[in-house]
Amino acid sequence: MKSKLVVVIVMLGAGVVCLNSRPTLAEASTSGPGPTTMQRGQKIYEQTCLACHQADAGGVPGMTPPLQKSPYVQGPSMKLIGIVLNGLNDGVEIDGETYSNPMPPFSTALKDQEIADVLTYLRSHFGNKAAPITVTQVSKIRQSLKK
Amino acid sequence: MKKALNYGILFLAVTIGSSFLFLPHYPAPKTLILPGGFHVEVIADSLGAARHLTVTNNGIIYVKLAKLKNGKGIIALQDLNGDGSAYKKTGFGNYIGTGIYVKDGWLYASSNTDIYRYRLNEKGEVTDTAHAEKIVTGLLDRHEHNSKSIVLDNNGYLYVNVGAYSNACQLQDRALGSPGMNPCPILDSAAGIWQFRTDKAGQTYSDGVHYATGLRNVVGLDWNNDMDQLFVMQHGRDQLFQLDPKLYDAKQSAELPAETMYALREGDNAGWPYVYYDPFQKKKIVSPEYGGDGKKTGGENAVDPIAAYPAHMAPDGLVFYKGTMFPERYRHGAFIAFHGSWNRAPEKQKGYFVVFQPFKNGRPDGNWEVFADNFAGSDNISSPGQALHRPCGLAQGPDGALYVSDDAKGTIYRITYDAR
Repeated sequence: MKSKLVVVIVMLGAGVVCLNSRPTLAEASTSGPGPTTMQRGQKIYEQTCLACHQADAGGVPGMTPPLQKSPYVQGPSMKLIGIVLNGLNDGVEIDGETYSNPMPPFSTALKDQEIADVLTYLRSHFGNKAAPITVTQVSKIRQSLKK
Repeated sequence: MKKALNYGILFLAVTIGSSFLFLPHYPAPKTLILPGGFHVEVIADSLGAARHLTVTNNGIIYVKLAKLKNGKGIIALQDLNGDGSAYKKTGFGNYIGTGIYVKDGWLYASSNTDIYRYRLNEKGEVTDTAHAEKIVTGLLDRHEHNSKSIVLDNNGYLYVNVGAYSNACQLQDRALGSPGMNPCPILDSAAGIWQFRTDKAGQTYSDGVHYATGLRNVVGLDWNNDMDQLFVMQHGRDQLFQLDPKLYDAKQSAELPAETMYALREGDNAGWPYVYYDPFQKKKIVSPEYGGDGKKTGGENAVDPIAAYPAHMAPDGLVFYKGTMFPERYRHGAFIAFHGSWNRAPEKQKGYFVVFQPFKNGRPDGNWEVFADNFAGSDNISSPGQALHRPCGLAQGPDGALYVSDDAKGTIYRITYDAR
């Protein structure tokens, strides 16, 4: 009985530690993206996104949408995070151009932190200007998608 | 000198003529690089997404657009004075698409789901542009690889490509770790060539013949009269490295698999998605999604390509040269328009040129060579959006001139030969 109580207290303690560490991570990406976020984001872009969206984020005419000055990249974070998690196969239209290739979901390939990093990188590069994406935002949307 | 002067006048005439007819006028594109004795003129520009094109016996050029231009999806270019100095431009057809082909007094054109035909008068003009006869309807369009290229044989049949709405028939298209579906359910209604009657309205899949299968996506195709046979160019699969980084590195992925030419007979299977063609091993290799390891061969029942070209260059146009304007060695050979790659990233992109493939006795004979280069305006393209122009369609005029369409800006080129 006594030992069980100790276990519970230890677990609670660990929970508090975890909870404590979380805001710090979130803070790191909300309080202006540091060089590490950008470096991580750029690496993920190059490894995961570049093959289709291209080195200059110009996309492929008629096939893959550009991410330069993109209404999607700079648009509502919820929709943007949703596209990365779920993929997109709707025949996107931007400026009267349609794009036919589908984007696969990246919910298993990328962790929340990686999605936050790459989107934060995109939202401050290639002519895009929008607020960083936090890991908390990504986690929330991932959770809501599970429901 | 006199010759140069003549060309100068011709150039001026074209420039002035086109300024009048094609407002707003854009700066002339950088000159194409051609073999000695060949010349190029721009006969139209700014048409937008000019996909395939075809020329009547009277020299009227019809261009199919993948994006409406002033509400029109087909543009007719008519040489007003018969000397190439000025072209009348008219538009009709309110649908987008790729395929267009002229044969025996009819103009055939495709949207991404249907095929139409228009009666031509003795001058090669479509007189009733408002009433097209819909001869085929209900072909699959699921965004990816949705263009419907068309060609006719000499026996009243039309051939149309229905591309796979997928890269490699994975359960989840283009997703890392997603397995290949076996059997691939896409093959029943796409990833192949269908044959239809040219003179019957309202045909659907069930009226046609499933002529060939296992072709991932064909955009360039032509009928070879010497062999009385359909020849097609297949776009090889993408993303070997992204989808199987354990087996392939980025460099291998940029060079694999080959873009391939097939000479088809009814019932042929080219092997997609189960195998791809490796131009270095010269073998059909089992796709990684179907248990391949980069070496294991497969596709025993599938036909081999009759020619292979570097990976991902996107062959969008194919035409056999039947004219006599070009020198002897070009006659009966094939011109191939390579639209230019995207799937070689992070490596430098490749293609953006028109290739000549010599033929002998109806089969490729000898190495292919770049025929018309510099569409992109630079040979250092890292992303296809940087290319100024991208060759897509090819057609031969009645005098033997070769026409090339560019679907980046909508430039139409006319290439002629004059050795003097």
